[in-house]
Amino acid sequence: MATRDVVGDVTIAAVETPPNEEELGLGLSPSKAALKRARTHRGLKIGFGILLVMAVFAIFAPWLAPYDPYLQNLPMRMLPPVWMEGGSWEYLLGTDHLGRDYLSRLIHGARISMFIGIGAASIGAIIGVTLGLIAGYYGGWIDQGVNFLVTCQLAVPSLLLIMALVFVIGQSVTVVIFVIGATHWVFYLLVVRSATLRLRELDFVAAAQAMGCSKFKIAVREVLPNLSNQIMVIFTLEVAVAILSEATLSFLGLGIPSPLPSWGLMIAEGKAAMFFQPWLVILPGLALFVLVIAINLLGDGVRDVTVTHRRN
Amino acid sequence: MMTYVLRRCLMAILVAFTVSLGTYALFHFATDPAQTIAGEDAPQEMVDEIREQFGFDRPLLVQYGDWLGGVFQGDFGTSYFWKQPVVELIKEHAGVTITLALVSLLVTILIALPLGISAALKPNSWVDRFALSIAVSAQAIPNFWLGLMVIILFAVTFPIFPVSGDATWRHFVLPSLVLGASSVPAVMRLTRTGLLDVLASDYIRTARAKGFMGYRLILQQAMRNALLPIVSVLAVQLGHKLGGSVVTESVFSMNGLGRLAVESIFNSDIPTVQSLILIFVLTFVLLTLAADLINAWLDPRIRMG
Amino acid sequence: MSPLPIGEIDMSTAPILDIQGLSVEIPTDAGTLKAVRGISLSLNRGETLGIVGESGSGKSMTALALMNLLTPSARRTADCINFDGKDLTHVSEKELASKVRGQRISMIFQEPMTSLNPVYSIGRQLTETMTLHRPVSRAEAEKRAIYLLEKVGLPDPASRLKQYPHELSGGQRQRIMIAMALMNEPELLIADEPTTALDVTIQAQILYLLQDLQKELGMSMILITHDLGVVSRSADKIAVMYAGDIVETGTAVEVLTNPQHPYTRGLMECVPGYRGDEAHRLGSIPGIVPSMTGTITGCAFASRCPRAVDACKTDIPPTKQLGPGRTYVCHDPESTRDQSAREQQSHVNRAPFDPGKAKGESVLTVDNATYTFLVRRGMFGKRKPLKALGNVSLDIRKGEVLALVGESGCGKTTLSRIIMGLKQPDSGSVRLGEHEISTLPAGQRARMIQPIFQDPYSSLNPRKTIGDIIGRPLVVNRIGSSKEQLAKVHNIMEHVGLPRRVFNSYPDQLSGGQRQRAAIGRALIMDPEIVICDEPTSALDVSVQSQILNLLLDLRDELDLTYLFVTHDLSVVQHMADRVAVMYLGEIVECGDRRQVLSHPKHPYTRALLDSALSISPELKVPAPRLAGDFPNPINRPSGCSFHPRCPIAEQQCKEQVPQAEIIDTTFVKCWKAETSQHQVKHQ
Repeated sequence: MATRDVVGDVTIAAVETPPNEEELGLGLSPSKAALKRARTHRGLKIGFGILLVMAVFAIFAPWLAPYDPYLQNLPMRMLPPVWMEGGSWEYLLGTDHLGRDYLSRLIHGARISMFIGIGAASIGAIIGVTLGLIAGYYGGWIDQGVNFLVTCQLAVPSLLLIMALVFVIGQSVTVVIFVIGATHWVFYLLVVRSATLRLRELDFVAAAQAMGCSKFKIAVREVLPNLSNQIMVIFTLEVAVAILSEATLSFLGLGIPSPLPSWGLMIAEGKAAMFFQPWLVILPGLALFVLVIAINLLGDGVRDVTVTHRRN
Repeated sequence: MMTYVLRRCLMAILVAFTVSLGTYALFHFATDPAQTIAGEDAPQEMVDEIREQFGFDRPLLVQYGDWLGGVFQGDFGTSYFWKQPVVELIKEHAGVTITLALVSLLVTILIALPLGISAALKPNSWVDRFALSIAVSAQAIPNFWLGLMVIILFAVTFPIFPVSGDATWRHFVLPSLVLGASSVPAVMRLTRTGLLDVLASDYIRTARAKGFMGYRLILQQAMRNALLPIVSVLAVQLGHKLGGSVVTESVFSMNGLGRLAVESIFNSDIPTVQSLILIFVLTFVLLTLAADLINAWLDPRIRMG
Repeated sequence: MSPLPIGEIDMSTAPILDIQGLSVEIPTDAGTLKAVRGISLSLNRGETLGIVGESGSGKSMTALALMNLLTPSARRTADCINFDGKDLTHVSEKELASKVRGQRISMIFQEPMTSLNPVYSIGRQLTETMTLHRPVSRAEAEKRAIYLLEKVGLPDPASRLKQYPHELSGGQRQRIMIAMALMNEPELLIADEPTTALDVTIQAQILYLLQDLQKELGMSMILITHDLGVVSRSADKIAVMYAGDIVETGTAVEVLTNPQHPYTRGLMECVPGYRGDEAHRLGSIPGIVPSMTGTITGCAFASRCPRAVDACKTDIPPTKQLGPGRTYVCHDPESTRDQSAREQQSHVNRAPFDPGKAKGESVLTVDNATYTFLVRRGMFGKRKPLKALGNVSLDIRKGEVLALVGESGCGKTTLSRIIMGLKQPDSGSVRLGEHEISTLPAGQRARMIQPIFQDPYSSLNPRKTIGDIIGRPLVVNRIGSSKEQLAKVHNIMEHVGLPRRVFNSYPDQLSGGQRQRAAIGRALIMDPEIVICDEPTSALDVSVQSQILNLLLDLRDELDLTYLFVTHDLSVVQHMADRVAVMYLGEIVECGDRRQVLSHPKHPYTRALLDSALSISPELKVPAPRLAGDFPNPINRPSGCSFHPRCPIAEQQCKEQVPQAEIIDTTFVKCWKAETSQHQVKHQ
């Protein structure tokens, strides 16, 4: 109901007086307006800040971590973090059952989580967006076929499927990325497909057809750019989902193979001793929690900031 | 309407068939069932003998067809690993998973719906912000880790509920809470957004102009419209819980179908994996069909067009 | 003379509604939007007050504020809102909901398609209005519902109760809204653009119904609209709103025959057909509505006013009173009093109507085109065929403006898409010159025929810049080097009146009028021969519409274009067209020279359309519609002549046989009674 600024209208054309330029209060372009909103969005700033810090740790892990995460030091095993009784400043967050420095493993674990998260989400995006665009734009039996695929994917419990695939193919970082990516494309597809169905009916698509544009070109050049905001938001969500999936997989023993410092794996390894050395389980979980919350805050923030209001 | 239901059932069967053939093929090419049955240390001749005996050297489709034929007669095959009929295995473990799924769905509904509704009624109030922060946090907590934290808390500090096993009803409390909590963010957000959209609609404005307000407005005019997307999502969530109980059952050491599935994957037990996946898929598709039918009952536009 | 004793105020002469100093503010990202700025109005019993304004004037906000139905974030302040002696600003929300809304004051809204709850039956929605406020049984409420449904002209009311909103058309839904509003016999009915979303013939029915009911029930009414023709017939008093303020008030006759405020004057100049002289160029209101966030110094209209002087920009204009209830808010500077009179004389006359133009050679011929598509009803239904076009033949002649007129569902959009080559007819052909359009390569076709669409908000890709959008046809068809393309874009932008600066702007940053200009630029950049204008001004404000129509006609003369102008607005047809084709339910029922068709229509449907078009005539009322009923469902077409169920002169033959096409006095018509009944349209 609220009216927004009705922006400029100008006296006419070739025959009459030239337009009065200073009356054209044009306002900001959509991207500039979004950035402006972003500056005041608290959640987005917090999320972005945390992620920035984590990214720095992830990228510069070899230089920032005090020890080699694979270095075992059995005499120093099961040391508690520095603030607990028996802890030492040499191993700030203690050591695990093989004497490896927990802080270093946590820092390197950030690398693994973020790498896998972004990689898997990208693969999912490529699959889901392509299929969604095609299904939504071309419709017909292509749409039916894609719909069938979607039902198949949704019907299978994804965790079981991923586990089966990893078991069969073999455990490694690459396999995990591909398997998670290849099973997490449905959300992209659903959103892209329904947005495409809506966009397809709009007049600027008809105008493009009228000027002689091919169907394919229209889909890519006219429709797709309108989806970029939503795809971005889903991407952040899926990165978080991928990170949690990998952690769960590794926890269950069918994800990243030992001795890589995956946070999920660290939790699994610490589980046996969790009643007496609970930090082994608490710390990696907290790290996951902080990383995922930051990603979600960023994603929600981007969504809030890029929502375009339809005028009446 | 019958044609519609029949069409959906046909689709369900097709999906189940495709998925189960896919998994069968996957394991067929990647593992050696004869080896599994014989055991790791068995001599080669024994393995070969078993292969011949069970017909593992036949083409893929023939073996699959064989198994499928058995399924129609109620015989889901015999487990390679546990050496029992799969049907027995499933019967033993199904109860735990079904109970867990249903109770955790109840937990989700009891937490997410009221939160979502309150948040929608007072947007940008403290209730709304509280609900949203719960959603954001709960989404970020790894489910298995939450389980472990809960175990630590309840095993050591507050030993009220047992943290492992599935013997009594008490054993189900904590796992249901943990499993239920995992769905709360999605359902709460959907409820909130759905209700907000409905409240902003023209027909609610008409209702207010007629003199409706407060709870009457929400319950009598808005809820039925807002329920539509919620019903679908709950059906999907329930379907996922049946398969997603894997983690919860592992963490809380419960003998449900999820645990069974994990172990049968680890042991390349094709018949069990096959049967479980078939059951999960069929359940999911039937649940979504039920949700669509409920929606058709709620919304005359869907029924009649 | 002794004063009346307290408590015995004569209520029959006191106004039923008296608003003083009403303001509405809405906080937004950009600041506080002052949608309504301290307005005052009053309404007597049994009277109709028409509030007229364009988008953003605050007229809808006023109505919502009255009933306190604004969004929760909006703030309403008022000195008083006196309804029947009681000040509503002091009444609690609870009391407002239980005693006033739906009982004493009812409201109907603009969008009948979305204003009814889709999941409940009509019967329930009607009866709950009554049972909510009064201790009546369901059966009694149903009785009243049936009574009212009959009163609003819905046939077979008893079975309606069980139906659901989606089963009914827009016109039917609006009737139900009216019935719902009347369930509790309100004293005041507020109608917010009740007919804007409806077809012209249905609009006439609904307005007549409201007029009738109001007289019968002695109800007071506030009618909010942007349509000057509608308000001239329906309202006793008028208040003109601009930028949140009331700028002029008076009786309908006073305001519309002798407008005082420059905005009112300007608005009337913009309406096609106002002057009754087709050779006259439409007036326009230059400039923009000022920003509504923050305070406006001086007069809000000053930046656009042809009579403004410096004082207008700094001092708030006074309210001048010409008589009881007759006011206008203007400095009314002496120095410019003659200016507007001079302005009116100086309007450039466009070239007089050239009957020879309509006889040029055909550039596009449609021959017996049919088009059917399948629709499925609901999730469980079977797919049924819907005949959108049946045996349509048409030709467009060089240099003319051919208007294609019809209401929703007549098939004009389908026909225009087929003419553009975007859809293929099931049978029949479309020929561009000698070539069958479907055999032409897309690029060649695109160079000859281009579209302009109705909705300026969806016809431009929000992610591309204006320069990019306008130049795209050249890029797609590889016309010229990039330097040449750039020059062409700038050239066209000048032609359509877009300043160079918007080249790098995005559609969201432009107004509706500017966006439409960009759309026109895009259509013209390849020098097409034929331009299909699909309701290009229906979504624009009246003051903007006139500019675009003037522009289109100028361009037609300048660039030697041919237009197919699809519209539902007959006053636009009167202004623009050389020939007219009238469509009903997928067929062309009449086609011929514009003057002929509009003054001597041969088809009863054309007659009905003309009767439904309400000109600005405050001395007249809404005429009784000659056209009853609603559009038939195209899936179940009537037998014989598809118009016969609604036709006032239908006979047995019309029911049984599909009418043959005939040519009578150069006019093409499909009606069995065309020869015998000559309809003369009296100028209403």
